[in-house]
Amino acid sequence: MAFRDAAGGYPGGGAVESHLHPVPSFDVADFPMPSGREEVWRFAPLPRFVALLREPPVADSGAAVAVAHDPMNTTLGTLAPGVGARGTALVPVDRASALASGGATQARHIHIAAAATLAEPIVVTVTGAGQHFAEHLVIEAGAGCDATVVVEHRGSALFLGNIEVIVGDGAKLSVVSVQDWAADAVHGGMHAATVGRDAQYRHVMMTFGGDAVRIQNCVKYAGPGGSAELYGLYFTDAGQYQEHRLFVDQNAPHTTSRVDYRGALQGQGAHSVWVGDVLIRRGANDIDSYEANKNLVLTDGCRADSVPNLEIETGNIKGAGHSSTTGRFDDEQLFYLMSRGLSAAEARRLVVQGFFYDIIRRIGVPALEERLKTHVDAELAKAATQIEGQE
Amino acid sequence: MADLIIRDLYAEVLTEDGPKPILKGVNLTARSGEIHAIMGPNGSGKSTLAYAIAGHPKYRVTSGSVTLNGVELTELSVTDRAKAGLFLGMQYPVEVPGVSLANFLRTAKTALDGAAPKVRTWPKEVNAALELVGLDGTFGARSVNEGFSGGEKKRAEIAQLHILNPLFAVLDEIDSGLDIDAVREVAEGINTFAAQSERGVLLITHYTRVLRYTKPDFVHVFVAGKVVQEGGQELADLLEAEGYERFVKGRA
Repeated sequence: MAFRDAAGGYPGGGAVESHLHPVPSFDVADFPMPSGREEVWRFAPLPRFVALLREPPVADSGAAVAVAHDPMNTTLGTLAPGVGARGTALVPVDRASALASGGATQARHIHIAAAATLAEPIVVTVTGAGQHFAEHLVIEAGAGCDATVVVEHRGSALFLGNIEVIVGDGAKLSVVSVQDWAADAVHGGMHAATVGRDAQYRHVMMTFGGDAVRIQNCVKYAGPGGSAELYGLYFTDAGQYQEHRLFVDQNAPHTTSRVDYRGALQGQGAHSVWVGDVLIRRGANDIDSYEANKNLVLTDGCRADSVPNLEIETGNIKGAGHSSTTGRFDDEQLFYLMSRGLSAAEARRLVVQGFFYDIIRRIGVPALEERLKTHVDAELAKAATQIEGQE
Repeated sequence: MADLIIRDLYAEVLTEDGPKPILKGVNLTARSGEIHAIMGPNGSGKSTLAYAIAGHPKYRVTSGSVTLNGVELTELSVTDRAKAGLFLGMQYPVEVPGVSLANFLRTAKTALDGAAPKVRTWPKEVNAALELVGLDGTFGARSVNEGFSGGEKKRAEIAQLHILNPLFAVLDEIDSGLDIDAVREVAEGINTFAAQSERGVLLITHYTRVLRYTKPDFVHVFVAGKVVQEGGQELADLLEAEGYERFVKGRA
């Protein structure tokens, strides 16, 4: 079958991904310091990324990384570059991910046993105290397992973070990355997953904090029948920059992908960027793909960029589509809620909460949903004075 | 007391082409303990009247007055009109994704009463109100109106009416899009609300069938932005038999 490469695998490893995407490489030298003219850097306020990207990160920075897990079903270890699964799902596509990969000489490896069902999520907490540091996390989910991994980022840092995910055949894995940084943190890097045959992969990106955050999120498939659901929630406050770039490589037949990212923006200089690239390869028959991005602009002075891209190399598919909307509060919704006695501020808070809950309820893991709702409510409580104050 | 008194009300709708006058001198008195029906042809301004009373931002009262128990509503915010005891049952209830009906009503009840409803009895109250209008308890956990059929939305409006229990309900085409069984159940819900002391109801409708089950005390015929005739149930019967034609012709 012409579709398979020489080794019998599906394409999408080290080769040219598509015209939407730079050539992947482990070599930092392949990604010179961006000037802002590069397609993938065109939205970013580069001065705010210079300190993160100019020099390699500091080894043994002393930043705290804790992993809470169930040792019965999971094994923790380390992986040097090229060892084990490291480098099979994630090959850097920009300077930040290359620096993260190079800087993390020993990747943190979480291996979830095949067929294990984890009652509690594995929780990785990354806490910065002003360091410039790199983390490369490899999550290897054994065939047929059912697990959730939550990665929480806190504190102040110049952080280069990669999360590499290998979802075994038939496994159900949810990975949640919460960017709950302090106001001065800068975060760059990449998440990339390979989804096994008939596996179900869910990825939830939740970005609330930080000064500037730019994360690339990639998915490809290692066999037919896999599904990927990529959800995102971001709350971009005054002066914050949050960029989420997605690349779904629909490289195997009978695979599905759903991308649904939602952002709320408020305050002067709040800037969000969502770029959603989907590539449907020749031979990837009967795939079904849909990506959506919705932005709710709460005040004047915000900017939301939303760029969906769909590249289709085969017409023999079930579905492929995208939607992107950016708008203000719906006056009819607010009137309806206020006509029942809610104040304008309460009505706005409820609409924003619903906007995010609407995504969370699709996740289908009750314990995780509650956790994410708690994050949203905490963020809304922090933002309340601004949401409620504006008319 | 729940007297709604409308005096010489003029209002316009704000459109992209500028304001457009709709209400042209509405006079109507609906006393506590009475059910009033407003009937009129499409485009006569019935819904505008409902929105103007409730304070929808797209409608502007240019002159006249609406009082509820002597409180001038036209000077109040939408929220404060609800707090004064007004409820608007909408022709097209709005969907609010991600906000559960139970959570929404709890927030509304808290806003109206100034205190949160009791945690122990609240779910029962919500379920009872839903069951009263033929909706099962699962609707409380669903997003407000999202994915509800037309009939379910109208039933949910009446369930909200029961839970929030205002003094005065303006119900805009609450019967449109309902099959006959649903009309009866919704009408029973309205009757149960109205049977409490000191409550008032203004039913806005195009059709007479809901009036067979609610038995209005007064019927007002609404044409071209004002009330052109008033009477009792017999006026509804006349409209049923002859339509609006004589009233529409008569005004020219």
